[in-house]
Amino acid sequence: MISTESRGLVLDEKLLFEQSQPGRIGYSIAALDVPAVLPESKLLRDDISGFPELSEVDVVRHYTRLSTWNYGVDSGFYPLGSCTMKYNPKVNEAAARLPGFSDLHPHAPDNFSQGALELMYNLQCDLGEVSGFPAMTLQPAAGAQGEFAGMLMIRAWQEAKGEKRNKVIIPDTAHGTNPASAALCGYEVITVPSDGVLSKEAVAAVMDDDVAALMVTNPNTLGLFEADIREICDLVHERGGLVYSDGANLNALMGISRPGDLGIDVMHFNLHKTFSTPHGGGGPGSGPVGVVEKLKPFLPVPFVVQDGDGYKLEYNCPQSIGRMKSFFGHFSILVRAYSYILSMGGTGLKQATELAVLNANYIRARLEGEFDLPYKQRSLHEVVFSEDGLHNDCHTLDVAKRLIDYGYHPPTIYFPLVVHGALMIEPTETESRQSIDEFCDAMLAIAAEAKNSPELLKQAPVRAKVKRLDEATAARKPKLRWNS
Amino acid sequence: MDFPEELKYTEEHEWIMVEGDIATIGITDFAQDQLGDIVFVELPEVGDTLEAGKNLGVVESVKAVSDVYSPLSGEVVEVNEELPDEPETLNNSPYESGWMIKLKVSDMSGLDSLLDVSAYQEFIEND
Repeated sequence: MISTESRGLVLDEKLLFEQSQPGRIGYSIAALDVPAVLPESKLLRDDISGFPELSEVDVVRHYTRLSTWNYGVDSGFYPLGSCTMKYNPKVNEAAARLPGFSDLHPHAPDNFSQGALELMYNLQCDLGEVSGFPAMTLQPAAGAQGEFAGMLMIRAWQEAKGEKRNKVIIPDTAHGTNPASAALCGYEVITVPSDGVLSKEAVAAVMDDDVAALMVTNPNTLGLFEADIREICDLVHERGGLVYSDGANLNALMGISRPGDLGIDVMHFNLHKTFSTPHGGGGPGSGPVGVVEKLKPFLPVPFVVQDGDGYKLEYNCPQSIGRMKSFFGHFSILVRAYSYILSMGGTGLKQATELAVLNANYIRARLEGEFDLPYKQRSLHEVVFSEDGLHNDCHTLDVAKRLIDYGYHPPTIYFPLVVHGALMIEPTETESRQSIDEFCDAMLAIAAEAKNSPELLKQAPVRAKVKRLDEATAARKPKLRWNS
Repeated sequence: MDFPEELKYTEEHEWIMVEGDIATIGITDFAQDQLGDIVFVELPEVGDTLEAGKNLGVVESVKAVSDVYSPLSGEVVEVNEELPDEPETLNNSPYESGWMIKLKVSDMSGLDSLLDVSAYQEFIEND
């Protein structure tokens, strides 16, 4: 276990604005050796008042110091449920930095971009093989935009048949992005209750001819496999609806079960989850979308097709929903995902899934004596505990904050909403038995602290750079300017 | 936890006070306690028509964003203008200063499906 006695330097750092000194500069630009041409005056803006003036070393130290306050998958275990914070292998970075990829201009014609196009084509095929979908767009910027693209294709398909449908069914365990995407496409959201998993009866009760689609995540956010998914898909299809799958939890199925074979019509991938590309600040994300054959005419353009012995970007697709993203999506992320697929191989991808499920179930087995497990069905790649049973009025938030003192990024908390005070833990396949045991030891120690010295939880974190923050005031009265 | 006798309640954790055909609606003490510190409130506009079971507004806490569903059908005649600027009122005074909207009820039969205080307390104990 990480010692709670260890010490280290955490240095404070002023804002760049506060460090500014008039006249200080980082670079001297070479003297002009061509005739000066000034842009039209309307294109010039006034000097920015208060813009920081700094030297190169000021800036380097500033950001380097800030980076030491950070916590990422490269610094420790990061069990953020539903986010699949798996390690990002460095070989992916080497591949993305190959000059043929990193220096390629996006306006280069197809005949100068054959390597990049071949990679995109192969990635489309590989993602298709993993998922069971014959057609694919690599454009969407991340998962939520993938959902939006998928729902636009569903709407376009129905409109092409002369139908106008108004409703989308979404289970109560869904990620919040699902109803948001449906609403953005103009649909009314019908929430269906699930008892851990979705039942045919619950879907049948709300399915009618005005329902455009069911949006479902499999396994769902409780980490449970939707066992009736094939019959549920049949039920939706019989009434002319389609089934969208949120692929956020594909890390539990990859190499084992293909959503396209289960009756799903559209699914987005999160390359930044399942395929080991960076998340968030180190991202960007990437959310390719796979579709069944009948939706292929509606894919965003362009996509890559074979052209004789080579490849080309296909734009001729009159029923397309149009372009989702400038150029070709987040190309360098596609390179990283393809690098991951090639370095893992088919057997490796399957093994990753098996280990992800094993790791989550190992955590479940070690913790379920001390933490309440509200849904006892067999779980897959993540496990969700509730706050019931914590002693001395300690809550999920207190456990999460105390984990920071033990050196861990907290798991996802208070989601899914169907669990009271949810603690959602997803270890991923990249953690060793040792690192998982250390985390479980910390969780068990915290459960014991809740019993014996609850103030340790209530005050936590006490060892972090900042102590317990007042999140409510921060949200109610946010300060959005440093000097306001 | 406090549940005034004179109010009606729903399983969605709203309270309703009926005076003539005007219903004042808010969220219960139980709801605000479960949500935790509330940081954002979105209300309908005066003149909006609400349908029973459909969206009335949104309440966001440090834990989660929750839709609030209208327990009755009718037209919004007044909204609590203070709430969006002082969302903590929902935590501090859920039944008084924390009222959300006043609705001119279009279908009084909707009142029949509301819970009285003992039925509501029984519901939250079993839920």
